[in-house]
Amino acid sequence: MIAPQIASQIPLALSLAIPLAGAVGIIAARRTPNLREAVTLITAGLLLLAVWSLLPAVLAGERPALTLVELLPGVAIALRVEPLGMLFAAVATLLWPINSLYSIGYMRGNREAHQTRFYVCFAIALGAAIGIAFAANLLTLFIFYEILTLSTYPLVTHKGSEAAVRAGRVYLGILIATSIGLLLPAIVWTWHLAGHLDFVPGGLIAGHLDGPLLAVLLGLYVFGIGKAALMPMHRWLPAAMVAPTPVSALLHAVAVVKAGVFTVVKVLVYVFGLESLQSVPSAQWLLYAAGFTIIAASLIALHQDNLKRRLAYSTVSQLSYVVLAAAILAPISAIGAALHIAAHAFGKITLFFAAGAIYTAAHKTEISQLDGIGRRMPWTMGAFAIGALSMIGLPPAAGFLSKWYMLLGALETEQLVAVAVIVASTLLNAAYFVPIVYAAFFRSERAAAGEAPSHGEAPRPMVIALTATAALTLLLFLFPEVPLTLARQLVES
Amino acid sequence: MIAAHLPALQVVVPLLAAPICLLLGRGRWAWAFATAVSWLTLAIAVALLSQIGNGDLPGYAFGDWPAPWGIEYRVDRLSAFVLLIVSGIAAAILPYAWRSVAREIPPEQQAIFFTALLLCLAGLLGITITGDAFNLFVLLEISSLASYTLIAMGRDRRALTAAYQYLIMGTIGATFILIGVGLLYMLTGTLNMADLAIRIAPLQESRTLHTAFAFLVVGIGLKLALFPLHLWLPNAYAYAPSVVTAFLAATATKVALYALIRFLYTIFGVAFAFDAMLTHWILLPLSLAAILSASLVAIFQDDVKRMLAYSSVAQIGYMTLGLALVSVTGLTAALLHLFNHALMKGALFLALGAVAYRLGPVRLTGMAGLGRQMPWTLAAFVVGGLSLIGVPLTVGFVSKWYLILAAIEAGWWPVAALILIASLLAVLYIWRVVEVAYFRPRPAGAEAVTEVPLALLAPTWALVLANLYFGLDTRLTVGLAETAAAGLFAGVAR
Repeated sequence: MIAPQIASQIPLALSLAIPLAGAVGIIAARRTPNLREAVTLITAGLLLLAVWSLLPAVLAGERPALTLVELLPGVAIALRVEPLGMLFAAVATLLWPINSLYSIGYMRGNREAHQTRFYVCFAIALGAAIGIAFAANLLTLFIFYEILTLSTYPLVTHKGSEAAVRAGRVYLGILIATSIGLLLPAIVWTWHLAGHLDFVPGGLIAGHLDGPLLAVLLGLYVFGIGKAALMPMHRWLPAAMVAPTPVSALLHAVAVVKAGVFTVVKVLVYVFGLESLQSVPSAQWLLYAAGFTIIAASLIALHQDNLKRRLAYSTVSQLSYVVLAAAILAPISAIGAALHIAAHAFGKITLFFAAGAIYTAAHKTEISQLDGIGRRMPWTMGAFAIGALSMIGLPPAAGFLSKWYMLLGALETEQLVAVAVIVASTLLNAAYFVPIVYAAFFRSERAAAGEAPSHGEAPRPMVIALTATAALTLLLFLFPEVPLTLARQLVES
Repeated sequence: MIAAHLPALQVVVPLLAAPICLLLGRGRWAWAFATAVSWLTLAIAVALLSQIGNGDLPGYAFGDWPAPWGIEYRVDRLSAFVLLIVSGIAAAILPYAWRSVAREIPPEQQAIFFTALLLCLAGLLGITITGDAFNLFVLLEISSLASYTLIAMGRDRRALTAAYQYLIMGTIGATFILIGVGLLYMLTGTLNMADLAIRIAPLQESRTLHTAFAFLVVGIGLKLALFPLHLWLPNAYAYAPSVVTAFLAATATKVALYALIRFLYTIFGVAFAFDAMLTHWILLPLSLAAILSASLVAIFQDDVKRMLAYSSVAQIGYMTLGLALVSVTGLTAALLHLFNHALMKGALFLALGAVAYRLGPVRLTGMAGLGRQMPWTLAAFVVGGLSLIGVPLTVGFVSKWYLILAAIEAGWWPVAALILIASLLAVLYIWRVVEVAYFRPRPAGAEAVTEVPLALLAPTWALVLANLYFGLDTRLTVGLAETAAAGLFAGVAR
C-alpha cells in the first residue's frame, strides 16, 4: 500500500519544485538568452510531465496527498489532488510550454527589457498556480494565492512607465485589499467555526453556520477572491492589460483568473457544500451578482476599441459564467463550471495570442485599425475566429460544451434568470466578436497616409503557439472525456 | 555549576562588560568585545530556554538572600521568550554596528557608544528576568539613561532635542513607575513580585492599590509609547543612529510591553486588572486609535525612518489590542506580535540603515532608483515590508492570524475589520517606498551608489530570513506564546 502512495507523492512534490528550480535556473542562465529561454522551455516541459503523470491516478479515483510543513497548530501547508484542481493544473501546465514559445517570439520581436525578471516571475507565478490547484486546505490555498498576486506584480508593471506603475497600483491594491480585507477574515472565521480548514466533500462548515450569516460569509469569500473579478472587484483585470501580451494571455486569461474562479468553485463545493447552500435562500444573491457581471461586462466590452481591453472585459464576463454555473447549485451546472475553466482558457489564450501577434507584426492595438488584416495574417485571424466561436459558445469550439451543461443545469433547477442571462450574453458575445472577424476578412484595408502596410504574419514561434491553442479549442470539443470525467468526479465526491 | 547561575549571568555579563568596553578605547576593539558579549548573552538566553523545557525554573536568589528580602530573578516561559528575542536582536545588530557606527559616530565616541549599548542591553534583559518590582525600576532607568545617550549621538543635531524630549517623557514615566512601586511597598511591605501578588489579593478595595495601579499603567504606557503617550518616539527613532533605531525599535518597547504584562497579569492579576479596574476598556480605544492614526500619519511621512517610527506606534497598538481582548488567544497574539514585530522592524530599520550608510538621511525622494543600484538592501526592505503587511509565509501573517482569531472569538467584528483596514494602510506606506525605489529613475545629478558591504548585508538578511523562518516554522514561537499566555491566565506562571 505504501509504495503507490509514495509514487504519487513524487510528481506532486516535483510539480512545486520544478517551477522553483526553473526560476533559479533562469537566473543562473541570465547572461546567455538562448540558454535562459531553453531553461524556461525545459522547466515548462518537465512541469507538464510531472502534473500530467498524476492524471491517470486521479481519474482512477486516487487522491495523492503530501504534507509539507505544519504552519500553525492543526493547519499544515499540504497538497491534495482532487478532480477540479487536477483539471485546472492540467490546463495551466499544458498551456505554459506553448505560452513560453510565444513569449520568446513576443519578447524578442518587441525587444522588451528585463527579460530575465520576466521569465523568473512567470515561473514563480506558474508554481503558485499549481499550489492553488493542489491545495489541501484553505490556508495553503491562501498562501499560494498571495504568492501569485505578488509574483505577477512585476509582470504587470514590466514596462516601468508611469501608466504601468499606476495600473500596478490598481492591480495590487484591489487584489491585496480583497484578499487581506475579506478573504483572510473569512478563513479565520471558518477556522473559528469548524476548528479546521481542510477541504471536505460536502462542505467544511456544513452544519456549523446557517441563515443570513451564511450568506455574509459567502460574500466575504466570493468578493474576497478578487481574482474571480466579480463586479465590483473586477477593475484590476483591465488594468493588468498594460503587461506584455504573453502575461495577459497565460496569466490574465488562464492562471490568475482561473485561480480565482477555481477558488470560488472550490469554496462553494468543499467549504459550503452545494446541498447546504441550497437550503439557504439568502445565498441566492450570488446568482444575481454573477448574472449582473456577465451582462454588464459584456456591455462594457462592446464599447472598447482597444483590443486587449475588449478581451479583458470579455474575460470578466466569462469568469462570471463559472461563478454563475456554480451558483446555480445543481450538480450538472457544476460540471459546466468545471468545463468552462478549461474551455475558456483555451479560447481566451488564443485570442490574446492573436492580439499580441497583431501588435508585434503590425503594431496595431485598436480594433478600428484591423480592417483587412485577415488577408495579411490569415493564421492569426483564423485562430482568432476559432477563439471567438468558443467565447460565443458555438460548435465546434469547446465553449459550446460548457455552456450546454450550464443551460441544462439552469433549466433543471428552473432558474429562469440564469437562462435569460446566458442567452442574452451569448448574443452580446457575438455582437462584440463577430464584427472583428468580419472586418479582418471582409473589409478592405485602409492605408493610412505615410504608412507602408508591408507586414506579413507574426514571428514563427507566435504563429505556432496560437495555432496550437486554436487546435486545442477544437480538440476539447471533440474529445471532452478527460475533463468531463474529472468534472463528474467533482460533483459525485 | 554555571548552569545554576545563568539567570544572574544573563544580566551581569553585559553589565560588567560595559565599563570594560570603555577601557578598550577606540573603535574596533570595543566593537569586537561588545559583539562577543552580545553573542554570549544570546547563548545564555538559549540555554535558559532549553532549561525551561522541563517547567519553570526555581527563583534565583541574588547573594543567597532568600526571596522576599533579597532580589530574586525568575525565569518562566514569558521571560525566556522575551530574553530570547532581545538578546537575539542584539546579537544580530552588533555585527552590523561595525561599519554603520564607523560611518555615523565620531571615533572618539565609539567606545562610549558601545558601552551605552551594552548598558542598555543589560537593563532590558534585567527588566525581563527580575522578580523584584523595585529592581525592575532600577534596570529600567539603566536602560533608559543609556538609550537617551545613544539617541543623542545621532548625526543630525535634532537628535539632541529628540533625546531631550525622550528624557523628559521617559523620566516622567519612570517617576510614575517609582511612585507606583512605592505605593505598593507602602501597602504590602514587600517588593518581590510573587510576594506582592499574594499580599495584594485581599486588598482589592484599597484606594492606595488603585492609585498604584494607575501610576504604574500610565508610567509603563509612557515607556511603551502607548497612544497618546507616544510623542517622544517618532523623533527619537528618526534622528538616532541607524543601529540605535533598529535596536530600540526591536527591543525597548517590547520590554516595556513585557513589563506591562507582568504587572497586569502576575502582580495585579486578571481579576483585579480587568474585572475590577476595566483596563481593557482603556486599552481598547487607545490601541485602535494608535493603529489607525499612526498608520495614517505614516503614509504622509517623507522621512522614511520617521514613517517606520509611526508604523511602530501602530504596531504597538496591535500588541496592546491583544491584551485588551482579555483572552488566551488575545494574549497569545500580543506575545507573538511582540516577538514577530521585533524581527520585522529590526530587518526594516537595518535595511534603512544600509541605505543611510550610502545616502545619509533617508528621504523618500532620495531613494528613487535604488532598487537597481542596491538590489539586496531593497529586497530586504521589501520582504520586511511584506512581513509588516502580514503576507503569508512571513511572521507578520502569524501574528495577524492570531489577532484576528482573537477578535472573532470575542465576537468583536468591528475590531477585526479595523485590524484589516490598518493592514491595508501598511500596504500603502510600504508600497510608496517600493514604487519610488523601483520605478523612479535616480534623480539627475545624483551620484551613483553601489551595494553596501557584506558586513551590513549579512545581519540585515539574517533578520529577513528569521522573518521567513519563523513565518514557516511556528512551533517555537506559537508554542511558547500559547503556553505562556495560558500560564498567565491560570496564574501559575510564577
